[in-house]
Amino acid sequence: MDNIAGTKSTLTWAVHISVAFLVALWLFPTVGLFVSSFRTADQIATSGWWNSLFPSEQNLTLRSAAPDTQTLIDGLYVIEGDLFEEKDVEISVWGISSRAIADYTAGQTAELKKGGRVTVTADGLYRMENEEPFTGSRGTRIFVTATAPPEFTTENYANMLLDPKNIDGMANAFFNTLTVTIPATIIPIVVAAFAAYALAWMDFPGRALLIAFVVGLLVVPLQLALIPLLKLHLATGIGKGYLGTWMAHTGFGLPLAIYLLRNYMVGLPRDIIENARVDGATEFQIFTKIILPLSFPALASFAIFQFLWTWNDLLVAKVFLIDSTGQTTVMTAQIVELLGTRGGNWEILATAAFVSIAVPLAVFFAMQKYLVRGLLAGSVK
Amino acid sequence: MHPAFLGLITIVIGVGGCLAYYFSSNWVLDNVLYPAKGPQAGRNINRANMIRPWLFLLPALLALTIYLAYPVFETLRLSLTDRDADGAFVGLDNYRQMFGESKFWEAMRNNMLWLIFVPAMSTMFGLMVAQLTDRIKWGNVAKSLIFMPMAISFVGAAVIWKLVYDARPEGTEQIGVLNAIYVWFSGGAPQQWLTIPIWNNFFLMAVLIWIQTGFAMVILSAALRGIPEETIEAAIVDGANPWQIFFKIKVPQIKSTIMVVWTTITLVVLKVFDLVFAMTNGQWETQVLANYMFNQLFVTRDWGVGSASAMIIMLLVTPILIWNVRNARKEMR
Repeated sequence: MDNIAGTKSTLTWAVHISVAFLVALWLFPTVGLFVSSFRTADQIATSGWWNSLFPSEQNLTLRSAAPDTQTLIDGLYVIEGDLFEEKDVEISVWGISSRAIADYTAGQTAELKKGGRVTVTADGLYRMENEEPFTGSRGTRIFVTATAPPEFTTENYANMLLDPKNIDGMANAFFNTLTVTIPATIIPIVVAAFAAYALAWMDFPGRALLIAFVVGLLVVPLQLALIPLLKLHLATGIGKGYLGTWMAHTGFGLPLAIYLLRNYMVGLPRDIIENARVDGATEFQIFTKIILPLSFPALASFAIFQFLWTWNDLLVAKVFLIDSTGQTTVMTAQIVELLGTRGGNWEILATAAFVSIAVPLAVFFAMQKYLVRGLLAGSVK
Repeated sequence: MHPAFLGLITIVIGVGGCLAYYFSSNWVLDNVLYPAKGPQAGRNINRANMIRPWLFLLPALLALTIYLAYPVFETLRLSLTDRDADGAFVGLDNYRQMFGESKFWEAMRNNMLWLIFVPAMSTMFGLMVAQLTDRIKWGNVAKSLIFMPMAISFVGAAVIWKLVYDARPEGTEQIGVLNAIYVWFSGGAPQQWLTIPIWNNFFLMAVLIWIQTGFAMVILSAALRGIPEETIEAAIVDGANPWQIFFKIKVPQIKSTIMVVWTTITLVVLKVFDLVFAMTNGQWETQVLANYMFNQLFVTRDWGVGSASAMIIMLLVTPILIWNVRNARKEMR
């Protein structure tokens, strides 16, 4: 396709542009939430996040220092200061009355109504002078139109993660999610690895039937399992809690785990296993010393699937874990809660969502290779 | 105690217990029941080898049976009984009651819409991206970015897209990008996208398409690379243009993969719950089966009707189940 005369250059450009467009389209929503999580509530509510990436022109009402800070220099009473406290802002126009906020340009001097003059420069420095002392308890108001650079804050994250008094905080839910996820990832791997080895390399009656059984269970919707299992858990005393959640995640993850691992293990060279048997290794040794290390790519693939699935799960946690005390709530459930109670507070929602998204994203980018491999093994069969 | 510490202890006990079973049961088999020494060493080894597969399989089989196979039958039983009447058998009453509810038919209609559009659009976009990125240098980066939503939870995606669909009162600056664009171009009033019946379904579907396109792309891209070069070269020699090569040479060769992608996404669609639950909770005529079922089970607390709707989902996946098992059996022969 690359070598059709005359069509190449225009087509290549069209391809580059359309791919760039698609990537931008796919990234845009996520980036929006990410950027929003670094903005203050005010900023989010008053302007679209896409504006926050560029310097923006804002109308601000500021106040000079109070008259009691004035000093007497060469017979002039002077108040000096910086309207923006060292922030990198550029003032274009300003005024001293709310009805005329753009009367003066930067560097000009205005006559104050109560007597005296004020000069404001572009970078926010001002100087007020008067022959008489300034009176009153508060400084004079100055209205500026200024171009401020993008401004971001990490305060939202501090609030959501580090403030123990914040009832909307995510710290507790974060640890709960971890407590669910780690065993719910490791246990099915261990259980499935043994079963997959038996199904791949051990001879026993009924093997083919069991494999068909596993494949059939691959598609059973877990919705069917909710009520029967909840009844079972309550009847056997497991109740609602971590143990029941781990077992549920193990049960639901096993078909895919066994299927992926068995397919991989069957492909391992027969010679290695038979040589080991001849050399007197027991099945248990063959499994732990030879099969497991060789199956690492498949194990990693499934580990990522199961990790993403359990970390992101809402349904299983809601049914099997979260009781009326709410102490064991996980992040996804907490976010849904916040969507209900804090619907408009995007600084809270965005930050909460990103706390929960950050870990899977890191895992995703670090181990993408194994994820892709697992997807291919799991579906193109 | 700090929650992290408590969590760590529970984790160690849970995982440790699981590992302990395998080591100890094998040890007992090899050293206590049938030791591979003494006068009957040979017979012992054979016996141990007959039992061992079942030791390896036991936990997995137990978990599969209790957590997946048994619930199918238990749900079927529950759907035929009435919880309020002490579990008395009521025949098809629950189904009759469900078929009489307009919410159920709304969920069915929406699910059908989802079943048509989400797999179709995801597969189409996936195929498009896979083909476009195949020959460009930064293709892998592009693919990885489009694949990224796969790692994001449905709940996270719900928050992300709720911001996209957000509406502010008319006259103020819009912070949701869709309304910002809409107001900019049409000059009209901002819309509450998620409350406009029928169309809001498509706004929800867009989120799932956004997530699933990456999956379709990864699988289809591998399939496209697997196409033998000769077939494409032959087509070029015969003067086929790029469109013809794509639609007449490449697509037919990856048909079976497209089917696999389509059915996998279909399965996801049938189970879609979190997304609807977090974004609209079935209001404004966006109900879907899985969320309808959750409502019946945990809000209305009608286990009979809830189980009946779960059986409907099971019924819908059954053709795929049979197809899968058949394929697996064919491969093993």
